[in-house]
Amino acid sequence: MLTRRIIPCLDVRDGKVVKGKNFTGIREVESPVALARRYDLGGADELVFYDITASAEGRALFADTLREVASSIFIPLTVGGGINSLEDFDRVLKCGADKVSVNTGAIADKTLIGRAAKRYGDQCVVLSADVKRVNGKFVVFSHGGRVNTGISAAEWAYRGQEEGAGELVLNSIDTDGVKRGFDCEMLREVCAKLTIPVVASGGAGSVSDFVELFKTVPQADAGLAASVFHFGEIDITDLKLTLRAAGVPVRL
Amino acid sequence: MIAVVDYGVGNLFSLAASLKYTGAEIKVTASAVAIRDSSAVILPGVGAFGDAYSKLEERGLVQVLLSQARSGKPMLGICLGMQLLFDRSFEYGEHRGLGLIRGDVCPVAPDLEPGAKVPHMGWNSLKFVRPSPLFKYVPQGAFVYFVHSYHAKNCAEGLTSVAEYGGAELAASAENGNVFGTQFHPEKSGAVGLDILRAFVGIK
Repeated sequence: MLTRRIIPCLDVRDGKVVKGKNFTGIREVESPVALARRYDLGGADELVFYDITASAEGRALFADTLREVASSIFIPLTVGGGINSLEDFDRVLKCGADKVSVNTGAIADKTLIGRAAKRYGDQCVVLSADVKRVNGKFVVFSHGGRVNTGISAAEWAYRGQEEGAGELVLNSIDTDGVKRGFDCEMLREVCAKLTIPVVASGGAGSVSDFVELFKTVPQADAGLAASVFHFGEIDITDLKLTLRAAGVPVRL
Repeated sequence: MIAVVDYGVGNLFSLAASLKYTGAEIKVTASAVAIRDSSAVILPGVGAFGDAYSKLEERGLVQVLLSQARSGKPMLGICLGMQLLFDRSFEYGEHRGLGLIRGDVCPVAPDLEPGAKVPHMGWNSLKFVRPSPLFKYVPQGAFVYFVHSYHAKNCAEGLTSVAEYGGAELAASAENGNVFGTQFHPEKSGAVGLDILRAFVGIK
């Protein structure tokens, strides 16, 4: 039986893992390689690395980090952050990424997903969208959650799927870093018409938040979180034992 | 030396890294000479069947792979690489495969319950239907990582394991003597995957 996936997300800046609250107020955690190894041994089903550096030095450091991680852990690795062109896809795939996540890059260049899917296959292309409530509607924001694009989240997700994205990550800006649970209402609404796998992100604060996610959002194939895992507030094996007891299939 | 065939489809970084991790000596290569000189051959691949087969042909590798397989050398096809080992594929038309394992490659979707997502993507458990040297270190029910939209059918003769998904049993692995195929990615399947690669590396 196919299992629901638990995915720790590592935001990396200048070779260190960082975690912000509501996308700002960043604080550092630890070495990405050490953390990635710990997650692999601890039962993570997949890892996501976001490059949140802007400088050329930071980017080179990120490539080194990625190569080191990809040589020492053997679970799927998704990489995002600063992916704006096919050259960017190439750059991270050569360092060992299995999937590449596009966000603002797909909004700026509406042909990027289609071209990437054609060259690397659908399985390689992940559309990541930052979603926020605006006047009661779910809208896509770009540039790390700072710019309101005015695009409907459900339409954007469906379009991404049709263009060739093989997976969708939905980050709720409203619940990110708040630790009071995933944005199940948003997830249900935005995913209603999708047939590709969906990763829920933003808001996990406790084990019961994951139980609620998988029990109430049948479209969610995976739950992604950062700080609750990085700071040891949730142990992945404990989380999976609880999910299994609640009837959610997991890899243990 | 194990030859990992590099014919321009997909990313070989993690496959190379995981084989090195098991202690194997490997060469990522498109050279017929290197493939002939190897002790075993791994045929990876992601993407479309027709394209991939054409790329093998363009590089003059079809005959080399057939002769190496027939010589008794261990060969492992992974994901699309496994699909290429079968007789034919119905992915966008009908294509001939290498014909090293009996079976056809068909779309997954028509065989699943309505609402089941395609691709079949994520961690699924293996159900062994026949013993295989590839799984000597792996228990029944072990989880491995899949990403695919096509699967092998009419392959009962060589089938060694299946994975249950969407009300169907999908071919997870098949073999014919020294030729092995896994639909899942051992190089992405954590400790279980490394054990499968280790077992392959040990096959003489």
